Amino acid sequence: MSALLDIAVAALLLLGAAFVLIGSWGLVRLPTTMERLHGPTKATTLGLGALLLASVLFFQSRGIWSAHELLISLFLFITAPISANMIAKVHLHRRRTGAKVEPDGIAGEPPRPSEDGDWATFEAPQQDTQASTANS
Amino acid sequence: MITVALYIAAVAIALALLLNGWRLLKGPALGDRIVALDTMVINVIGVILLIGIADGTATYFEAALLLAMVGFVSTIAYCKFVLRGDIVE
Repeated sequence: MSALLDIAVAALLLLGAAFVLIGSWGLVRLPTTMERLHGPTKATTLGLGALLLASVLFFQSRGIWSAHELLISLFLFITAPISANMIAKVHLHRRRTGAKVEPDGIAGEPPRPSEDGDWATFEAPQQDTQASTANS
Repeated sequence: MITVALYIAAVAIALALLLNGWRLLKGPALGDRIVALDTMVINVIGVILLIGIADGTATYFEAALLLAMVGFVSTIAYCKFVLRGDIVE
């Protein structure tokens, strides 16, 4: 039983490390910023999930039960999409305010949300605050 | 067996950190640099977990949990600063 657990821990460690490496490789290899967001936010989060699972099993096999790993993975799985969304917003904002960016990839320019509307990054959060003037 | 897996995983994560560092230095857009920093924090959490498994103590998870929180907050703060020119409005 313990040997089986050891095999599972080793396999999960290798799987997690492989996914972390693939995520960073995607960050280097993919052609545009919007595409580069995919590597770290998905592959790296999954890899860290596998590492955390390996750690749970490892300490379980030594008779220590700790819920910290589950907390960390829950927190990471909740926060990864939020930070990815914020970074995508930053990229859209910088594009529209004329910062120097790379040429678009296969997908082309990100479409406008509607004919007369604009991305929410340009709007003021409340009615009496000013619209953003950063980087313009 | 776990020791060998730990060594391989440590090398893989170190390599991943180097790749992130390359993207952090090269850019070219600001978004790329923020993604690279965010990924570096996540990878460092992985390194801390590996050290915890190697040592066999559960003490390191406090540090990993704290780093996860601080990394998320710093990413959001940086994005917010770029978007609005201010962090807390």
